[in-house]
Amino acid sequence: MGEMEQMKKEAEGLKTQIEAARKAVNDTDMASAAAGVAPAPRVQLKTRRTLKGHLAKIYAMHWCTDNRLMVSASQDGKLLIWDSHSGNKVNAVPLKSSWVMTCAYAPSGNLVASGGLDNMCTVYNLKTPVIKTVKELDAHAGYLSCCRFLSDNEILTASGDTTCALWDLETGKQTTVFLSHVGDCMCLALSPDNNSFISGACDSLAKLWDIRDGQCKQTFLGHTSDINAISFLPSGNAVVTGSDDCTCKMYDLRADQEVICYQDAALNSGVTSLALSMSGRLVFAGYDDFNCNIWDSLKGEKVGVLSGHDNRVSCTGVPADGMCVCTGSWDSFLKIWN
Amino acid sequence: MTIRNVRDHGQRYRPRMACLKKVETVVLEMQDPKTGVKSQTQRLVITTIPHAITGEDIVAWIANRLKIDASEAQAMGTMMVAFGYIYPLQDHKRLIIKPDTSLYRFQTPYFWPAQQWPVEDTDYAIYLAKRNIRKKGMLELYEQEEYNNLYKWMNHKWDFIVMQAKEQYRAGKERKKPDRVVFDCQERAYWVVHRPPPGTVSAMDHGLDRMVDPNLEEKKTPDYYRRIIMFTQQCIMRPRVKSSVSIGALVKYTATYKEHDPFLNSCLPSNPWLTDDITYWNLNMPNVETPTKMRVERWTFSFGELLADPRGRDDFRLFLKKEFSGENLAFWEGCEDLKWGAAETMKEKAQQIYKTFLARGAPRWINIDGKTMDITVKGLAHPHRYVLDAAQTHIYMLMKKDSYGRYLKSPVFKETQKKAAAPDAHRFSETQLEQNSKRRRPSLSPITLKQQEEEQKAKLAASGPVDITQVMSKLEKKQRK
Repeated sequence: MGEMEQMKKEAEGLKTQIEAARKAVNDTDMASAAAGVAPAPRVQLKTRRTLKGHLAKIYAMHWCTDNRLMVSASQDGKLLIWDSHSGNKVNAVPLKSSWVMTCAYAPSGNLVASGGLDNMCTVYNLKTPVIKTVKELDAHAGYLSCCRFLSDNEILTASGDTTCALWDLETGKQTTVFLSHVGDCMCLALSPDNNSFISGACDSLAKLWDIRDGQCKQTFLGHTSDINAISFLPSGNAVVTGSDDCTCKMYDLRADQEVICYQDAALNSGVTSLALSMSGRLVFAGYDDFNCNIWDSLKGEKVGVLSGHDNRVSCTGVPADGMCVCTGSWDSFLKIWN
Repeated sequence: MTIRNVRDHGQRYRPRMACLKKVETVVLEMQDPKTGVKSQTQRLVITTIPHAITGEDIVAWIANRLKIDASEAQAMGTMMVAFGYIYPLQDHKRLIIKPDTSLYRFQTPYFWPAQQWPVEDTDYAIYLAKRNIRKKGMLELYEQEEYNNLYKWMNHKWDFIVMQAKEQYRAGKERKKPDRVVFDCQERAYWVVHRPPPGTVSAMDHGLDRMVDPNLEEKKTPDYYRRIIMFTQQCIMRPRVKSSVSIGALVKYTATYKEHDPFLNSCLPSNPWLTDDITYWNLNMPNVETPTKMRVERWTFSFGELLADPRGRDDFRLFLKKEFSGENLAFWEGCEDLKWGAAETMKEKAQQIYKTFLARGAPRWINIDGKTMDITVKGLAHPHRYVLDAAQTHIYMLMKKDSYGRYLKSPVFKETQKKAAAPDAHRFSETQLEQNSKRRRPSLSPITLKQQEEEQKAKLAASGPVDITQVMSKLEKKQRK
């Protein structure tokens, strides 16, 4: 027992050391750094399109890199691929398991993936006239909560079994497994340079991983409940997280700490999803109370609300050119706002 | 309802409803006899029930206390009703706040949603049976259906359920009338929240349950501490940047991109989502001949931006060709292809890159330092996706620090800048906007676009005008073969 006591003391000592180190570099906060910046204007967006076609709750959506196509997944057992501007449905992919929780579009536009309570990530090929299943990635022990393509050959998945995994699509096997979370992994986001990714989990921690060596490089604390949504700032140096504790937080990767918290006394519902505008100035966060709030990322103030859904907003997305924002909801509609 | 542990990873039974703790504090405040919502008595034929509150008082109190406007206060009030902290006395099936004189009452803490026990079907069966006993035919249609379902699959315990229902009914009769009425209201409200009538959006619908309980404490073995120590040590050793520098960079980034953010600035000629005119998208296709001025401006923000834009990369490639240092970019592109390409061709690709760029006397030899060359060549014995990482980073930094700066001052770039398109803003009339919206057409899929690109490239390669640079590249191709 003496050894354990010693190690416990050492661990505590190191913890205080790291907190001191973080404090030492914390020579300013966002409020003072952003003091010179003019506050963002009040943003009033209108619904430009309402995409109707799903018959049950929409759980996820993802834009394609061409800024017009997007894929959405609903528990009616379908993945729908929309041409958002014209409102046409380009493709409908029937799913083997209707309990889908996530979907993703490959950057090349050739593939889409989906997964959910079947514990598998299924990848579909859109190039052929009849959509075929390319691979079924089956090795997770829990539900698939999020997946993102790195390229046409590799995909990252986050699962309810507390692990994230990098898969090779040719062999269908896991190349790397990322272990460290103690709660279900709920979301993941790729860094703009594709060398690392962050994941958020039900243990209220966000972790930064290096894709190449499979190690957790940084852990961010601060939330008091499940982290449901996470995203990189376009500059790649900061991360925004949204949680069931009704707040969103921005963490700076280089300073290794929380920079600002987006919260409101009146807000009493958890954050389900978030997306950032292309300059990183606006944060679109979808909440359980059927609204999507728009925050000024530098000042921490609410600058707008998107109300119009009749049920919880489950997914939000901004395309690469930043032209609009899409919200998907449990009321089975997708709305595009600008 | 205090937080039990310091590191409480969230609620015990109610997942995804962290807000319940917050709502409870507000509800408790509302019930304060002095500073809370004013209550009045409700008259029911001969009995009077105390502590009824009106919808408008609730909304006004919330708006005042939280300093928000009336519509937000109403939304918050509706949320409290939806969760079951307050229940309506009239129109009990609609769980919303009506900001008028409709009456509401606070739900007893026993029935609050944050309680630790799950809502069981057995309890619901007992409740429905009890109501059936009291007065046959009192159940609504949806309740009747539920009752029948429960009877079917709980048949084995039906005797127990009926016995419980009878007990509760008898106990209820022994209470005083006002208490009985209040309890019945409370119980009815509880079940409307947890077993909502069809068509009602239920606030209790929280999606899927968590698989792993993050509150389970990990066993504290020496191994556990060893891992923590190692992780924390690595964390401490990592260099940390001063907040002022780091946050300053964030602020600078948003300021730099402010003009380019379609939410903060209008885009030229017009935002396709606002006017249904897709000129903007046509002008900004990936491989357009003449880029727009805004696009060219983005290339000056960072080297990464230049490389990420295919048109920008083309421009840069042209500049490098004129400087006879095109091998750097070609090597970088080869590395990217290796990193993200198919695994089966990886070995050949790696060999090809070695022969073309790294081997002694290679046709397009790149200039990297001895140490990096050593590591790379050793790694190439067992190639994997990231084997050329060190060399790629070196070349990237070389281009960034040296070529990029010169490119921005070069005649190639200045030429592109001069020729860049600066479209005028569209000014559409109402009728024109309507016409635009009628003329919406689906876009070409990115797959088709890629195919067209490939065909174009093939055509150019087959039948272009002969110029010296093309000849040189053909020769290189021959040499490589």
